[in-house]
Amino acid sequence: MRGNSRFLFWLIILLTLLSVFINLPNLQKISLGPVKNLDIDPSSVLRTFRIGKNLEFRRGLDLEGGTSITFKADMSDVPKDQMPDALNSAKTVIERRINLFGVSEPVIQTAAVNGDSRIIVELPGVTDVNQAINLIGTTAQLSFWEQGASESARQASPSAYPLGIVEVLGQNAKKTDLSGGDLQRSSVTFDQNTGNPQVQLVFSGKGAEKFADITKRNVNKIVAIVLDNQVIEAPRVNQAILTGNAVITGGFVLAQAKLLSTELNAGALPVPFSVLEQRVIGPTLGIESLKKSLLAGVIGFLIIVIFMSILYGRLGIVASLALVVYALLVLSIFKISNLTPYGITLTLSGIAGFILSIGMAVDANILIFERIKEEKRLGKRQEESIEIGFSRAWPSIRDSNISTLITSAILYEFGTGVVKGFALVLAIGVLVSMFSAIVVTRTFLRFFYEK
Amino acid sequence: MKNKTLDIIGKKNLYFALSLIVVAPGLIALLLFGLNLSIDFTGGSRLTISFPQKVEKTTSEKIKNTLTKENLKVSTVETSGNSLLIRTSPMDQKQNIKFVNTLSKEFKGAKETQFETIGPTIGKETTINAIKAVILASILIIIYITWSFRKVPKPASSLRFGVSAIIALIHDVLVVLGIFAILGHFFGVEVDSLFVTALLTVIGFSVHDTIVVFDRIRENLRRSSGSFSQIVNDSILQTLDRSLNTSLTVLLVLFALLLFGGESIRWFVVALLIGVASGTYSSIFNAAPILVVWQEWSEKRKKITK
Repeated sequence: MRGNSRFLFWLIILLTLLSVFINLPNLQKISLGPVKNLDIDPSSVLRTFRIGKNLEFRRGLDLEGGTSITFKADMSDVPKDQMPDALNSAKTVIERRINLFGVSEPVIQTAAVNGDSRIIVELPGVTDVNQAINLIGTTAQLSFWEQGASESARQASPSAYPLGIVEVLGQNAKKTDLSGGDLQRSSVTFDQNTGNPQVQLVFSGKGAEKFADITKRNVNKIVAIVLDNQVIEAPRVNQAILTGNAVITGGFVLAQAKLLSTELNAGALPVPFSVLEQRVIGPTLGIESLKKSLLAGVIGFLIIVIFMSILYGRLGIVASLALVVYALLVLSIFKISNLTPYGITLTLSGIAGFILSIGMAVDANILIFERIKEEKRLGKRQEESIEIGFSRAWPSIRDSNISTLITSAILYEFGTGVVKGFALVLAIGVLVSMFSAIVVTRTFLRFFYEK
Repeated sequence: MKNKTLDIIGKKNLYFALSLIVVAPGLIALLLFGLNLSIDFTGGSRLTISFPQKVEKTTSEKIKNTLTKENLKVSTVETSGNSLLIRTSPMDQKQNIKFVNTLSKEFKGAKETQFETIGPTIGKETTINAIKAVILASILIIIYITWSFRKVPKPASSLRFGVSAIIALIHDVLVVLGIFAILGHFFGVEVDSLFVTALLTVIGFSVHDTIVVFDRIRENLRRSSGSFSQIVNDSILQTLDRSLNTSLTVLLVLFALLLFGGESIRWFVVALLIGVASGTYSSIFNAAPILVVWQEWSEKRKKITK
């Protein structure tokens, strides 16, 4: 056996063991014979390296249950060059509201399709779509608060106060008549003297008057800026501002200033939303689908193993081993991908794509084995037939898989949701299947036949 | 070779006729009835309501009336065991809240387990994107095959390989579309966005399968010196075992999916089953024979011009 393939063999074994480890379920305090209270947790390695994520399959809404809503922003009142900003502001608002709602791992995406501006929100585990839409759909509320003159000026009970208002303005905080509707826009500028980033506010005509009054009343006092019932900034007024222009200074780093400006714009640019699409998948339906497809996958896999072993005998068993390696590698990629920004979400169609790619992996092996059979019929030795079989089968494996990759690339580009997930999984499956059919199967065969 | 006597190319017209027999009824159904498009394409709402007991006929009638009162067009109401599947024109959030309230008042224990609304714009987009994807994929595959087979020796031309592969592909797409047009008209089977995925997979598989046969033709053209049709026939026979074994494996896996995979992917799997079977047939009995027909036709033309 050549050194090269021996090295490959052990590399594959190592890769496989690593994949087995990655795919271990997260189990706590189990007993294995003499070993008691054993914890199995592949993610513990990540914690050692201080990576704050877990090795998990990310399940799509169709497998987990939850709500998916597609909103369309009505941009008819927004100038074209401000559309992307407006959409991002709206996204920020929606994100904050969903966080208030307490949903774990929400997905919020913006999309521009055919001139439409859209926001797609996925809420795993949420099944009350009406509540969700109510929460998300209301436009952002920006308000300005000042200190009340005395105890008697108190307008509302403290429970109706925005979060954090008492801490900055005391018990007598009072809402002014200035609101988000009065703000024309907000942007990030830089202090000419210090170069520090600051947030600039520009009020409309009426807003400028109201703001002038407020600042006159509150020189050397604090005015709180409240967004969606939460104090986001409490600057001190240095002097009365009559021009309708204001700056919030105060120790920002650039990112903070940008965020605040975005949030203020969100209050200032209440883009109306309408619901284009909504889907709710009950959690039981999702879990049932997952169970069924997993069962189907396992049965399909067993069928392939049996079929290959009957058709090709020992070769078939080796191919089945390679197939196990293949499945482990693909599943590991799914899990590892979630540590990166390009996480793969497993959906029903994705599982179908995965099972189909197993079929294609088998096809590569069948192509090779048929070639090996032919060479043997021509009277060649086993090892020689294996080598020739691999090199002869390669062009057709390459060309057929590249055409599948072309199809999946186009599907990914044009598809939405379901189709995209399928395409991604299929592409990964095809790439790994080429590796498994060519490298893994060949290395195994060399190892078993040349010893 | 064990199947040396089998002459596929000689009987090519028979196989073309067989394809026609399968494609024609579907094509007619497609033109007459079209596909039974789901709300993924047309826009609308889909609701699933679960009841604690078996659904009675009066129940579904009552629910239909409630919805019609709300000015919603109810297209179908299907009962399956304890649940009711309803499709209507697009239902907005307020209408849905009202409906759910009425539901819980009138039927004890009834629950809305699924509610989907797809606006007409999204539906249109899905359709357009699907058509775009199919056309673009076909063009790119022709280009790739033409490029990949560029070194094929004369008199064969690489463009012919690409175009023949696409003809076989169109055959498979038509078979699947046609059968679903028939299923849609007579059994109410719907075509949704998963179906588009199935169709595109069939395209991928069809080309995949055709290329394997073509690759053999390419290889044999370089080596042997027989007539073109003889070489094509040999190539088909040499790849026959592989074609059948692969299809059989994929079909078996699909059968497992069909039996155990659950309701939500049933028709997706059926589409794949039909497509894979058709794809295997077309690469053996259509794609390769088309190459021969084309070759003979261009030879005849050359003789005439000479």
